[in-house]
Amino acid sequence: MPTEFSSPPDRSSLWRPNRSRSRQIESIVRIVCLVFAGISILTTLGIVLSLIFETFDFFLDPFFRQALWIDRLPDLLPDASEAQIQAVGDQIQALNPAQLNEASQAVGLEPPSPIAGFFYAITRFFTDRRWTPLFANDTDFGIFVLISATLMTTTIALIVAVPLGLLIAIFLSEYAAPKLRQVLKPILELLAGVPSVVFGYFALLTVTPFLQGLIPPLQGFNALSAGMVLGVSILPLVASLSEDAINAVPQDLRQGAFAMGATKRETIQAVVIPAALSGIVASIILAMSRAIGETMIVTLAAGQNPQPIDGNLGFINPFIPVMTMTAFIVQVSLGDAPFGSLAYKTIFAVGMALFLITLALNIVSYWFVRRFREKYD
Amino acid sequence: MASSQSQFSTPPSPVATVPEFAGNLPQRYLVDRVFKFATWVATAIAIAVLGWLLFDVLNQGLGRLSWQFLTSFPSRRPEDAGIIGALAGTFWVMIIVPIVAFPIGVGAGLYLEEFSNDTWFSRLIEININNLAGVPSIIYGLLGLAAFVRIMEPITGGRSVLAGALTLALLVLPIIIVATREALRAVPEGIRLAGLAMGGSRWQVVRDHVLPAAFSGVLTGVILALSRAIGETAPLITIGALTFVPFTPGCTENFPYFNPVDLVRCPVDVAQSPFTVMPIQIFNWISRPQAAFHENGAAAIIVLLVMLVLMNSIAIALRGRFQGRRS
Repeated sequence: MPTEFSSPPDRSSLWRPNRSRSRQIESIVRIVCLVFAGISILTTLGIVLSLIFETFDFFLDPFFRQALWIDRLPDLLPDASEAQIQAVGDQIQALNPAQLNEASQAVGLEPPSPIAGFFYAITRFFTDRRWTPLFANDTDFGIFVLISATLMTTTIALIVAVPLGLLIAIFLSEYAAPKLRQVLKPILELLAGVPSVVFGYFALLTVTPFLQGLIPPLQGFNALSAGMVLGVSILPLVASLSEDAINAVPQDLRQGAFAMGATKRETIQAVVIPAALSGIVASIILAMSRAIGETMIVTLAAGQNPQPIDGNLGFINPFIPVMTMTAFIVQVSLGDAPFGSLAYKTIFAVGMALFLITLALNIVSYWFVRRFREKYD
Repeated sequence: MASSQSQFSTPPSPVATVPEFAGNLPQRYLVDRVFKFATWVATAIAIAVLGWLLFDVLNQGLGRLSWQFLTSFPSRRPEDAGIIGALAGTFWVMIIVPIVAFPIGVGAGLYLEEFSNDTWFSRLIEININNLAGVPSIIYGLLGLAAFVRIMEPITGGRSVLAGALTLALLVLPIIIVATREALRAVPEGIRLAGLAMGGSRWQVVRDHVLPAAFSGVLTGVILALSRAIGETAPLITIGALTFVPFTPGCTENFPYFNPVDLVRCPVDVAQSPFTVMPIQIFNWISRPQAAFHENGAAAIIVLLVMLVLMNSIAIALRGRFQGRRS
């Protein structure tokens, strides 16, 4: 150790960073972070793969092959009487769907190919007009029954949330004093943070009884109060995203309009809103996607009754119980469907439809902002 | 709208219109006042609905809230039922979710902000994260059902605390990543440059200077993500969390039945235990026909909301500190 200032310092006492070691550590850290970032991609892959896999399994379920077989019997046995066809149909119906090939000798007829069963299943999924997947007999899989209920609650939600959300956004960005804004923003955040099961409680046990006082034919479960509370739950999303879009409109545009003699409202309606329109529309589409995927409010308040798509128009009646896509998934999950059962596969098929719809809306919203954004620099 | 728009989009017609334009000024101001009033009313409606909701929950549930309610297991008799099982489940979720999601979320945020060059891969991750944030939570439940409950059953033990916590961790990951990135972006570039100029490696600068400066922002994001996680119902119903749980996860037999030390003492007992959480208990009580159970539901909602408000207050306080230091 050097004791005097005059003597040259010993080299070993100097700060000598171990650069190769810190480089090693750095590359390890970088790889670990990269893997963590990759987990988000794995998540997406996991979602897409599990949905695709189980959905295919659903469409390939021997149940559909069996149903197709029975459907085709009049063609397969052209000479048979109706009673005979009925008898063979009952015989096929009694078969174990998993052992169609082995059982075919007993009937003396070739069953349809799995491929034919697959396309038959897809056709049934999109054209059936009832949704009765849990029935033992007379099972129908019309996904549009669930989609129509989801669209009804979503439409009611948007009717509530869009005008209110836009007006709130305008109030916050154009009219409210900064002090008032500082109070109102946290309140809106509070509303956004309320768990959906609490909104479900509110819809079922507060809003529905209240509305029943105004509209006597309203049933205990109905799309109307579920949709309205759903609207309240997406209100903060519409309001805050629209407010961001309105705030992004440069002050010059407003002052230009004022200088032309426009009043404040005329400026907002003719200048600010059109300039912010891409962001506002994007916020509405995102809110719509959120409303479609919302689960607890519609499960609790809208009921569990799929309404057939027929002349009675129950599927567009907001006063009676309906069943949305998400409510069906919850219903089956609560019933503890065993792995590999048709009910288990059905919730993935419904989940796939839900995922594709929300994904399409998210992409449209993203595209809309990119395509129609007004840029001011 | 149409009339006001035409005033701007069509070229002004002859001088004759000018007096008319000025002439209906009182009427235009009247419309202005009506419009301003409408925006005010809309805001008031939103606040009133929130107030109505809170009032109704308090009105229904406050009477049911008691020590017995907080410390009892569920029961068929509404007056004997309590939320200790649900509280324990929510407690374990609040411990396991951050253990999983915090390092992964912060690591991913660090990669995107500090380590990545703008390659196709980092852009892919970015788009992917934006998309994940828009996926409905029940879809995460389906993922959890297929991946954690079924494929990883030997590890998670099926419909268990671990399967639920992993599902929720994936659900809140985008929130943590986005919050981390925002916090990192708020750290002035000068700090990084100064660190690099002193001979530090990229990681040394991040570890010693950037992360500490961004930490309260990151923590805010984690707390907000957690408050989202403990309010989620749908994904946990999908993976099959139970609705009637007369026990708590872990190996603590006596009151208060949950103890963080269990995570070291008997991790498998905790992780593979069936469970329920607060929102599922609430859902279960609300969906029963008896009004007495609805009161239980309202009381449990009060407990859940108090937890959420506490967590959000901490987050807001942290955010205030964070912003204060930066400016």
